[in-house]
Amino acid sequence: MKNNYSIISLIKNSFTYHENWQQAWRDPEPKKEYEAVIVGGGGHGLATAFYLAKKHNMKNIAVVEKGWIGGGNTGRNTTIIRSNYLWDASAGLYDHALKLWENLSQEINYNVMFSQRGVMNLAHNLQDVRDLKRRTHANRLNGIDAVWLSTEEVKKFCPIINTSPDIRYPVLGGTLQRRAGTARHDAVAWGYARGADAMGVDIIQNCEVKGIKRNGDTVEGIETTKGFIKTKKIGVVAAGHSSVIANMAGIRLPLESKPLQALVSEPVKPIIDTVVMSNAVHAYVSQSDKGELVIGAGTDAYVSYTQRGSHDIVEGTLKAILELYPIFSRMKMLRQWGGIVDICPDASPIISKTNIKGLYFNCGWGTGGFKATPGSGDLFAHTIANNEPHKLNAAFNLNRFVSGDLVDEHGAAAVAH
Amino acid sequence: MSENFRSIETKFLDKTNRISFKYNGKKYYGYKGDTLASALLSNGVHLIGRSFKYHRPRGIMTCGSEEPNAIVQIGGNGSFTEPNVRATEQEIYEGLEASSQNCWPSVEFDIGGINNLISPVIPAGFYYKTFMWPKKLWYSLYEPAIRLSAGLGKSPTQPDPELYDHNHLHCDVLIVGGGISGIIAASISADNGNNTVLIDDKNSLGGSTIYQNDENFKINDEISSTWLDKKIKELKKKQNLTIKHRTSVAAFHGYNYLLARESLADHKSLDERLNKLRQRLWKIRAKKVILATGAIERPLIFNNNDRPGVMLANSVKKYIDFFGVKCGNKNIIFTNNDSAYETAISLNKKGIEVVVIDIRKNSSSTLVQTTKDAGIKIYWNHAIVNTSGYRRIKSIQIMEMSEDGTNVVGKKTSLLCDSLSISGGWTPMVHLFTQSGGKLKFRDADQVFLPNTVISDQISIGSCNGDFELDDVIKNTISECKNFLSASVIDYDLLKVSCPKQKESKNIWLLPNNKPLGKTKPFLDFQNDSTAKDIKLAMREGFKSIEHVKRYTTTGMGTDQGKLANMHALGIISETAGVKMGSLGTTTFRPPYTPLTFGTIVGRNVGTFFDITRKTPMHDWHKDHKAQFENVGQWKRAWYYPKDGENMYQAVQRESKAARESAGILDASTLGKIDIKGTDASEFLNRVYTNAWSKLGISKCRYGLMLNEDGMVYDDGVTTRLGENHYLMTTTTGGAANVLSKLEDYLQTEWPELDVWLTSVTDHFATASICGPNSKNILKKLFPNLDFNDENFPHMSFKNAEMDGINCRIMRISFTGEHSYEINIESKYGKSLWEKCMDAGKEFNITPYGTETMHLLRAEKGFIIVGQDTDGTMTPIDLQMDWIVSKKKYDFIGKRSLYRSDTMREDRKQLVGLLTDNPKEILEEGAQIVKNEKKQPIEMLGHVTSSYFSPNLNKSIALAVVKNGKKLKGQKLLVPMKDKTINVTVSDFIFFDSKNERLNA
Amino acid sequence: MFIINCPFCGERDQSEFSAGGEAHIVRPKQPTELSDDEWADFLFMRKNIKGIQFERWNHAHGCRKWFNVIRDTSNDKIHAVYKMGEKPPSI
Repeated sequence: MKNNYSIISLIKNSFTYHENWQQAWRDPEPKKEYEAVIVGGGGHGLATAFYLAKKHNMKNIAVVEKGWIGGGNTGRNTTIIRSNYLWDASAGLYDHALKLWENLSQEINYNVMFSQRGVMNLAHNLQDVRDLKRRTHANRLNGIDAVWLSTEEVKKFCPIINTSPDIRYPVLGGTLQRRAGTARHDAVAWGYARGADAMGVDIIQNCEVKGIKRNGDTVEGIETTKGFIKTKKIGVVAAGHSSVIANMAGIRLPLESKPLQALVSEPVKPIIDTVVMSNAVHAYVSQSDKGELVIGAGTDAYVSYTQRGSHDIVEGTLKAILELYPIFSRMKMLRQWGGIVDICPDASPIISKTNIKGLYFNCGWGTGGFKATPGSGDLFAHTIANNEPHKLNAAFNLNRFVSGDLVDEHGAAAVAH
Repeated sequence: MSENFRSIETKFLDKTNRISFKYNGKKYYGYKGDTLASALLSNGVHLIGRSFKYHRPRGIMTCGSEEPNAIVQIGGNGSFTEPNVRATEQEIYEGLEASSQNCWPSVEFDIGGINNLISPVIPAGFYYKTFMWPKKLWYSLYEPAIRLSAGLGKSPTQPDPELYDHNHLHCDVLIVGGGISGIIAASISADNGNNTVLIDDKNSLGGSTIYQNDENFKINDEISSTWLDKKIKELKKKQNLTIKHRTSVAAFHGYNYLLARESLADHKSLDERLNKLRQRLWKIRAKKVILATGAIERPLIFNNNDRPGVMLANSVKKYIDFFGVKCGNKNIIFTNNDSAYETAISLNKKGIEVVVIDIRKNSSSTLVQTTKDAGIKIYWNHAIVNTSGYRRIKSIQIMEMSEDGTNVVGKKTSLLCDSLSISGGWTPMVHLFTQSGGKLKFRDADQVFLPNTVISDQISIGSCNGDFELDDVIKNTISECKNFLSASVIDYDLLKVSCPKQKESKNIWLLPNNKPLGKTKPFLDFQNDSTAKDIKLAMREGFKSIEHVKRYTTTGMGTDQGKLANMHALGIISETAGVKMGSLGTTTFRPPYTPLTFGTIVGRNVGTFFDITRKTPMHDWHKDHKAQFENVGQWKRAWYYPKDGENMYQAVQRESKAARESAGILDASTLGKIDIKGTDASEFLNRVYTNAWSKLGISKCRYGLMLNEDGMVYDDGVTTRLGENHYLMTTTTGGAANVLSKLEDYLQTEWPELDVWLTSVTDHFATASICGPNSKNILKKLFPNLDFNDENFPHMSFKNAEMDGINCRIMRISFTGEHSYEINIESKYGKSLWEKCMDAGKEFNITPYGTETMHLLRAEKGFIIVGQDTDGTMTPIDLQMDWIVSKKKYDFIGKRSLYRSDTMREDRKQLVGLLTDNPKEILEEGAQIVKNEKKQPIEMLGHVTSSYFSPNLNKSIALAVVKNGKKLKGQKLLVPMKDKTINVTVSDFIFFDSKNERLNA
Repeated sequence: MFIINCPFCGERDQSEFSAGGEAHIVRPKQPTELSDDEWADFLFMRKNIKGIQFERWNHAHGCRKWFNVIRDTSNDKIHAVYKMGEKPPSI
């Protein structure tokens, strides 16, 4: 058993200058065969492995990661966590995740710094108001703690927002989910990795998948840069690279991988103590526990795997930020970066079996996957272990693109993400 | 009076221009050209701030953008305030106010310093391991406490009083960096006829050579600074060359697209700056880019290497040779290479006491010989094992290094000092190169990452390309530039350069100590307080990649983005893991190179210019008549026209009654208008709309519904056949641009065989829509010569007309259910048209109505608004508009999707009417509809899409989409609100005049 | 920010263009004869290639013409542009 993390263990270890801490996870070579292999060592993949081991007693499993764990979108996103989605299927999925977030630090004995500082979504035109009210009513009936705020209440909850009626797109109100918030992204990947590793899961970094071996319509294993690994179950959680893996298996997915950018300011003393999202003028902002303003920018419209986007997107985002927060004009951008987000036509994810036996995909999270990490892992683990979806992810199947039964958060609500 | 540390004459400052400024409330003086750092040092001030985590006192370390410690809040508490400004870059101006950050009550005595005492318990990543029990304390105590200690400076709290600007720049050759190599490159480029731009972040050119007075460095037998000074003077006279000072390249994107921030006012006093440009962002496209971004000096990593007074050796040299400031009276230089000896020689020449500690055993460099000749004491093969002095360094302890350099041996020697200059070699600034997509290679000899492959048209020259010695810099700069620019004119071929050569070098990333590592504090990242211990702890815990180590220890994540720390972090990882540094790779160098002001990135696009505002030609009339406006896309539309203190409800009730009882007028100019011409225009409409168009007569109008290829309703509007091959399509206001794009897409890519031409004419026409029983009477007055007989001008038809000799198009179409006409006229006559309509309608009490009344009137008639009653999940069948979906047509956009299993389901959500049991109660738009609110989970059947109190029916009406709604007519449903539940009955969605009798009334 | 060589206007900044996704997905001439699977394939399924991709761009703030681009999505390098209906050049 690993050392338990606590203040006691920190004090104890301080006497030996912290030289006796164990590895948070091992660095094993791949075995010849596993019961299941998870492709992709991001938060979702590691959570999947964690719950496979914990809830489904599948311990002879591996997570293969081409780079370093948590190095993709897990470590690049703006860490917004919320569950105030419109459709029942989405609300069920994301609120399942939110409930797991609420106990996650304790569950994995790793402080993921889940900060329930609330998420506000602003309305800037009359249709925004209708859409957000519609969502708030749906949330309430689904047991999700979202409330509608008037412009005055928005101002009261976050005084630095410019709620003047004279701005180009005045704030006409907003919604607030208090249980929503942010978490420390790296800690989620590391914490799940440590937890999974402790149960025997092999986390294999710098191991890139090169091919998927099939016998007819059944998988037999994966070719990797560290050799062939035999397995009957492959769970692909490769985010922006999902299509690349799908192509190896000879299937196509309804995905496009696009650049999504984000940026942080220099750190300053606390100035904004909630998360504010505005879809209409496209500005998302929160403040990290280091004091940086964390700002989400938009996606470019073209496919790219470069992890870089165009400057226009950053400029447009900051333009919106200054419209809503003119006081930030003299703040400075410290760092900007890009990730690759895999986007489904209905802006909802896929957590599904495929036509190939033993091949499962968890993808299509677009710009909003981080918030779902624990729920996504739990439900994907269920799907892999039972070869059947859990009722909470049943709607997120691949067949919906054939039948037309989409979970259209994109078309349905002004604020999909 | 404090001691004056500016004892040396310098030509780089304007001594006639003495400037006063305040630091932590106390007044000091400096000169024009001083940075805040040089001015403070001249007053003997070293203590600037407190570090992020341990709140340790910190001073000025460098003289440039790599500064991790000396960052201050400037501009006081007012609107000019700015956090985290590097004192080493900020030029002083009269009245500048600066203060220390991250300390309370003062930088001298800071409560947060307690963190230093508990530092043994809070190593890297400690917060991941604790604050978890009891859980509720996380919210009430732990997290608030963590948050409270976050951040360095303070965010401004007032809007920015200064302006920012953008400008585009296109050039043949862009040179980044105005040091000696950049100057030579600029000169070669300009001489060869290239349109050349030279960018430098300082207020004057010359880099570090411009103050290089050491006689060991000569060009054409002149001291290098003298030679360069002449070259700069020549440069300024050159044709084809633009020089930008105080301009810092922030980002180098693909396709040679660079962003540079030009600072226009940051060095000026506040009263000169109000409402003026502060900074300009240059958006540069260069055919070729030459990077001459230089190198920065590395620190040395040893126990307590962070005290105020510990500075980089080359910075100490700049302070004395450029700013004329000595950083102390008793100087010690600690080095692993020859370049720091230049500092020793400089200090010694000015009569300042200096000794050198060198971890090497010897060096045969001429610089070392000069140092020895000057009688300066050198401790060879020694390392510093500790320092003392809380607010300023007081002394150091040194020990001899073991034979293999891995340990220290023998007795400790204490040396007193008030300034410690350290030098660990040089790191080429490859940030911009890698941002552009370039890959690096590693040079083992001096442990540097250098540019390798490139993907765009660029080169790196000088020390950023790994040339550290003057003769190499000049020789390679000339040859690289000649080659890169295919240059023929070269003035420099016969230059004679002499300089000292670096012979022995020795690189130890973490210096040995007599104490165990755990008992020492060797800092790497001075701002974030990460130490070599933290790096090793991270590795012990399994964080092996540099990205993991960086994130776990926060190394390199401060405002300096690890310019000083990152190489040492890599070095220690490679030493600890026993792997080659070159194979580790680096962390990604992310833009911007130095933090970039949000205002600069946004430029003028703030306030009024945030987004364009589209106004109809009648906008001013609406404004004059007190209209309230609604934003619809970029348009401002008149929402309602309150009279005599009416609220919106009252105004809308009045407007809609007037429209039905006599006459109303709506500004419909914002609707999208697409002119469609060509012999295949009818066929084109057949393909894009769900209904059939071929048989539409000339001068007739028809309503059309457009789907997405997925079968969902996309847009709607009335299209008029103006001629055999000529149509005018109208679209929704918000959808106009997208519809045109979509139609062009199909036309150009799927159906290129069709002879169809599309032109957006939205802005070309103004539209006044007059409805109501008296509309015809008003039209007759306006167009006395036109035949308005219902037989000759029936509903859904069109006529050309003239008003005062101006052509008009009149469509008899209706969105209100009333007898109604739309008059279209060239935009410039829009306001006149409107005024004429108002005049003509006066006797009929013509009432202008806005979008809200329009919404109400059409809801009474059960007409949908795409985007309000539909949401991208509604098919025409769902809207009970089966009548408009042609069964005969072979294909139209979205048809196939209507026949999928889910879109054919009978129990989809369908458009219905809702009537509240209490006719006075108005439903909230967006409210959800249920059958049973007791059964959990509550099944939501749909939602209210439109809801109004109808004055014409004297009851509340609503449109809704409800699961299986077609079959629920007459059924009771519930609308559960937060505080009550409203009983409703499903009804037909046409509430008013279901026989359409009023169209011809 | 790319520079795109519009086949009608020449080299212009990326900000003048809008991206239109994968190229050479031809709208079926007889949609009614397709199975639901085949129709879904046309509607939603994409190659989403990492590497050389054939894609559509529109010079939206210029000549408004659609055309094809061959771009490497792994480094954003544009290899060729060609008009609608033309055969892709070999690269």
